[in-house]
Amino acid sequence: MQEWANQLCENRQFGSKMTDSKYFTTTKKGEIFELKAELNSDKKEKKKEAVKKVIASMTVGKDVSALFPDVVNCMQTDNLELKKLVYLYLMNYAKSQPDMAIMAVNTFVKDCEDPNPLIRALAVRTMGCIRVDKITEYLCEPLRKCLKDEDPYVRKTAAVCVAKLHDINAQLVEDQGFLDTLKDLISDSNPMVVANAVAALSEIAESHPNSNLLDLNPQTINKLLTALNECTEWGQIFILDCLANYTPRDDRESQSICERVTPRLSHANSAVVLSAVKVLMKFMEMLPKDLDYYGTLLKKLAPPLVTLLSAEPELQYVALRNINLIVQRRPEILKHEMKVFFVKYNDPIYVKLEKLDIMIRLASQANIAQVLAELKEYATEVDVDFVRKAVRAIGRCAIKVEQSAERCVSTLLDLIQTKVNYVVQEAIVVIKDIFRKYPNKYESVIATLCENLDSLDEPEARAAMIWIVGEYAERIDNADELLESFLEGFHDESTQVQLQLLTAIVKLFLKKPTETQELVQQVLSLATQDSDNPDLRDRGYIYWRLLSTDPVAAKEVVLAEKPLISEETDLIEPTLLEELICHIGTLASVYHKPPSAFVEGSRGVQHKRLPGSAGSGESVDSPDTGSAAGVSEAPPAVIPSQGDLLGDLLNLDLTPPTATGPPPAPSSGMQMGAMDLLGGGLDSLMGDESEPPPIPLRTDTPQSPQLSHQSPSPPDYSPTELGGDLGGSPAMGAGFGAPAAAMPASFSAPVSGGLDDLFDLGGGVGMPMGAYSPPKTVWLPAMKAKGLEISGTFARRAGVIQMEMTLTNKAMSVMTDFAIQFNRNSFGLAPAGPLQVLTPLSPNQSIEVALPLSTVGPVMKMEPLSNLQVAVKNNIDVFYFSCQYPISMLFVEDGKMERQVFLATWKDIPNDNESQFQIKDCHLSSDAASNKLQGSNVFTIAKRTVEGQDMLYQSMKLTNGIWVLAELRVQAGNPNYTVSLKCRAPEVSQCVFQSYEAMLKN
Amino acid sequence: MIGGLFIYNHKGEVLISRVYRDDIGRNAVDAFRVNVIHARQQVRSPVTNIARTSFFHVKRSNIWLAAVTKQNVNAAMVFEFLYKMCDVMTAYFGKISEENIKNNFVLIYELLDEILDFGYPQNSETGALKTFITQQGIKGQHQVINITHCSSVRFIVSACGAVPYLLSALLMIPLHTFFLFSAFSAYQPSPFVSSDTVSLPVPQTKEEQSQITSQVTGQIGWRREGIKYRRNELFLDVLESVNLLMSPQGQVLSAHVSGRVVMKSYLSGMPECKFGMNDKIVIDKQGKGGASDEAGKSDLGGGSGKQSIAIDDCTFHQCVRLSKFDSERSISFIPPDGEYELMRYRTTKDIILPFRVIPLVREVGRTKLEVKVVIKSNFKPSLLAQKIEVRIPTPLNTSGVQVICMKGKAKYKASENAIVWKIKRMAGMKESQISAEIELLPTNDKKKWARPPISMNFEVPFAPSGLKVRYLKVFESKLNYSDHDVIKWVRYIGRSGIYETRC
Repeated sequence: MQEWANQLCENRQFGSKMTDSKYFTTTKKGEIFELKAELNSDKKEKKKEAVKKVIASMTVGKDVSALFPDVVNCMQTDNLELKKLVYLYLMNYAKSQPDMAIMAVNTFVKDCEDPNPLIRALAVRTMGCIRVDKITEYLCEPLRKCLKDEDPYVRKTAAVCVAKLHDINAQLVEDQGFLDTLKDLISDSNPMVVANAVAALSEIAESHPNSNLLDLNPQTINKLLTALNECTEWGQIFILDCLANYTPRDDRESQSICERVTPRLSHANSAVVLSAVKVLMKFMEMLPKDLDYYGTLLKKLAPPLVTLLSAEPELQYVALRNINLIVQRRPEILKHEMKVFFVKYNDPIYVKLEKLDIMIRLASQANIAQVLAELKEYATEVDVDFVRKAVRAIGRCAIKVEQSAERCVSTLLDLIQTKVNYVVQEAIVVIKDIFRKYPNKYESVIATLCENLDSLDEPEARAAMIWIVGEYAERIDNADELLESFLEGFHDESTQVQLQLLTAIVKLFLKKPTETQELVQQVLSLATQDSDNPDLRDRGYIYWRLLSTDPVAAKEVVLAEKPLISEETDLIEPTLLEELICHIGTLASVYHKPPSAFVEGSRGVQHKRLPGSAGSGESVDSPDTGSAAGVSEAPPAVIPSQGDLLGDLLNLDLTPPTATGPPPAPSSGMQMGAMDLLGGGLDSLMGDESEPPPIPLRTDTPQSPQLSHQSPSPPDYSPTELGGDLGGSPAMGAGFGAPAAAMPASFSAPVSGGLDDLFDLGGGVGMPMGAYSPPKTVWLPAMKAKGLEISGTFARRAGVIQMEMTLTNKAMSVMTDFAIQFNRNSFGLAPAGPLQVLTPLSPNQSIEVALPLSTVGPVMKMEPLSNLQVAVKNNIDVFYFSCQYPISMLFVEDGKMERQVFLATWKDIPNDNESQFQIKDCHLSSDAASNKLQGSNVFTIAKRTVEGQDMLYQSMKLTNGIWVLAELRVQAGNPNYTVSLKCRAPEVSQCVFQSYEAMLKN
Repeated sequence: MIGGLFIYNHKGEVLISRVYRDDIGRNAVDAFRVNVIHARQQVRSPVTNIARTSFFHVKRSNIWLAAVTKQNVNAAMVFEFLYKMCDVMTAYFGKISEENIKNNFVLIYELLDEILDFGYPQNSETGALKTFITQQGIKGQHQVINITHCSSVRFIVSACGAVPYLLSALLMIPLHTFFLFSAFSAYQPSPFVSSDTVSLPVPQTKEEQSQITSQVTGQIGWRREGIKYRRNELFLDVLESVNLLMSPQGQVLSAHVSGRVVMKSYLSGMPECKFGMNDKIVIDKQGKGGASDEAGKSDLGGGSGKQSIAIDDCTFHQCVRLSKFDSERSISFIPPDGEYELMRYRTTKDIILPFRVIPLVREVGRTKLEVKVVIKSNFKPSLLAQKIEVRIPTPLNTSGVQVICMKGKAKYKASENAIVWKIKRMAGMKESQISAEIELLPTNDKKKWARPPISMNFEVPFAPSGLKVRYLKVFESKLNYSDHDVIKWVRYIGRSGIYETRC
């Protein structure tokens, strides 16, 4: 026995000398011929060796496609090992050799009938991986059989194969009825088959947002929950992720699902735990808060989340990014667990930074002492980013927990004493925020700060320091000298510093007018005459005019009370947070971005939402059946993407019509405030493109910070302060966003999309405003058009109606010969020229096309009125889709009616033709609304104010000469507007109203 | 889902590349190399987005494993999968190294084909995989013995020094006798090997095939039917790492134990197991009825006679029936064959801190520091702690150090800026001290020395959490062996995690 073992060991050793690595070393020139000979050898072993060599060459990137026929010849064998090797080769080369791949079809089909289930599964699995049309055709029959195979291993493989086939040819899958078979598999007796079927269906459903594919009802949910207890760890993840898409009917059902999911929290696999957390977080929304079970559930969530932190670092990172979201949504879960987020010396940097983020979020009066002690330790570490963030965190603590402010300030002063350059600069930036929060409290430290003036070389720190000097100019004896010293190199400073310096000197002048007249003259002339920067110039001019016309008013404006800065930093905007909670565990939760920001095509574009709480059943909109982001029918403006929200924010800031126009009337401090904001806002947005986009703000909450810009606010709203007001200075945001910034350069794509919007608007500042144009939506999904995806929108630019489209080629081959045609439509829209796609569109490429439209085409009334049917042709086929255009595109520039004519017409049109609509949740003032509408050629003719209610009388003219008259009633403080429309052709009213709503809300 | 999986060597050369999805182009392989492996900066995130493609990576020694996707995948799942992939490869061919990967590339491709289908992870339990993966692992050439084939070597006790403790700590447990090992000098990863588990030949008969497929897809995917051992045996290791952060005044700032129960099972058939420990919730539930059980074991194995412990949280191997744990708090399962991690747990209450460190640092003028550190062992005198190491950080401008210690050896290591004091063994309830004089060079550096904490390493033969194994019952109704016939072993090892005292 012993001998036998020894011998065996020796054999193994001998064997191990002839390992696979030898295959990597063949580099001789004639090797292809040698291999060919070996492949055709009679000896099985030799064949096997040869195929291994071929695969080795394939791996290192050598082209061995020439051996295709020889390798395929080896396929007909009953040796499973050899078969697997050949299949591996086939998967790699079939696509490049489609004709030869046909040679393999017969063997595949035969293997699908093999008595050995392992071979049947192998065949169907491999066939699904070969993306050759002809092979796909032959796949259908075997697949159908395999889906009903007696062996569960074959069925589970076939289930995934349906997803593969759907990826290649979605239509075929639908036509062949595989989807129904797949649905049946959810009731399969084998848990793994169920899990794979769920995974496949979920994936297919993602690309059909409106289909009712994953028909989740209590019965199927029950089946899934049963399978959950029995399947592999991976299967549990698939099922939990799918469950998270379900919306329970009531709180009872919600509770019973939660009860069955909670045991998963003890699973060793972190992904199972996180997916279970996702389901619980979502369904918890529906439970009444006074329910005992609700409290129990909250308690049960904390320990598993803490346990995730003892996983491997990469998983810790994923867990921490998710905990960051969970803490924002439900701070109570982890409020007692501060200690576990303390940074360990050996943590990787990405874990450290994330932990720090969460520590700040959890900081409270109860634990602040501990937190500060920790933060102070961190500030002495090595990694610069980490140290900076720790210093900022100390500042955040001061702002968040008032009782600790004093201790924080003294800690910061200690750190400044270290004289470590970046620590000092960071400390000064946060001290500025502390001053903002607690005015006139810690000014004693200014002297210490001033000592470090020379060592500041980062713009943000310089700007912060200048702000402090300006703000407390009356207490600093040599404030003028300090500021003057900065002035010497004015042109070398960054814009941020220049703007701040300008404001600070104006403040100084208003406080100590006698000594500083010369200085203020100097800075004003530097800013207005020698600068190319429009923001700086404009700000300079405003101050200049203010100071020269009415110094008292100037004082009121410049030295006005500043609004408080908020306690929490970079909170994720609530709707985004809700969406991200629905994506716990996934990439979206790691990036803190909605999937649409990084997933191409139609997948994942669907926005998920948390279910409403118990009782408010009305708002419950099942995400899988919801009409959100519909392909062609849904109104384009339902869910603006982030970029559009950005545009939104700016729109609001841009409200005053005369942004760069003539000097404003002395009383209009409000407009200047807003304009200064515009400068600041643009600046902080454009200054740092690599940053994640600032948090988009909702426009429908009255407390929403940007609304304060509408009211008179101090014009010294520098970029940093603007940021501070929005919830922490943007630089702070940048600091905390470091991991995000470190992440994807490619995110600049969506970001710069948003920025483009800004530039567009910025360009239009001279005119009243750009016309409203809805965001692009997908009109023609790629799967319906053999890989061509068209998304687009309509816009009116300089009086020309344009159809702006993005054509994306998602197919494998080049597309050429594009042409476009419209069906007859209500307003006679027709292309004014050919579709300008001059270069062929290669795979994975996108092109932007703007097609000018005329309104002289044939007319036919459509239902709905603004429906447009389009045909697009390319070298592959002709595709049809329909879309809706906002009727505001048709409002012409000369739509302003004379007052008298208006009155007469209004009376003339019978009252039957009048229709009234409500626009809800619009927070614009009547002036702002009027300006906004004017941008889209809706002209305000008169305004009347009756009992606090503003009545705007407006007119617009459609391209076909139809006049529409409107009365818009706006009551201060009431977000609901009333529009009455009168028109001789009353059928357009509905469309006009929709446009009104879209224009006002965007 | 996962769109592709690449394995690179340290230079960024591709060793394995398997693409599952059509949306992953050939250039993805290079994108990762250029942007991550060859990046000038230190890696700032394990997830990287390059041109709308997301890369997840983990590193094992100098091998990079990267999963790539264009969709919104479950990120936690991807990392769990990558770890699992590493486990499977390690189980097949040992250390993950360039050499081993090249030696086994056909095996790796076969594995990748099986455990990821269209990017969806499938059954990835090594035990199950071995029943139908045709390739066999080839271990590195320097690894002499292929353990699975040594039928004659059944039991290796490498550290015979453990024997006395083994006898002294005989442990009586309800229904059964447990032996208790005290810690060996080193923890041997798998000295216990059984003869009967050689890798199987490719299945031939129809019954064999369908048995495999039903096992791979079935509820018990981690174990195959028909395992037979002449001697049914199981080993339980309770491995804990105790973490501490203490203030200079001796106040505990934070302390927690993270523990693992590792099981090596060599049992025939499909045994149903039930594992019991002194979990507070269970003990309290049993109330007085369980009191007689406790009597026998109250002072064995550890430093204190704690009856039960409060477990903050625990997670289990997928073999454990979680719903049963949730409802009854009982741990029942059918174990995988061989070694696996049964559970992990975490405790924060009533931790036995095996050592207390009392630091005293005095600055004498600007050029001298006097350091005195006392360590006290705090457990039963009959037990021995091993591999004790105390690390006392010194300032960067240290020019010379004189050390005097009562026990063990101490050395100043300039390269590590620390005095390292090593003691081979130390019994419980003892104390030892070191004193050192540190000469400093005068510097202009205004930044004060941050005084990093004093850290400690050690290994003790008990569980600092106080966890005790109460029983592990084995039931196999179909075969003719009973719980009494199974030979069971249990040992406890407590190690230092991050064990620091600020000074």
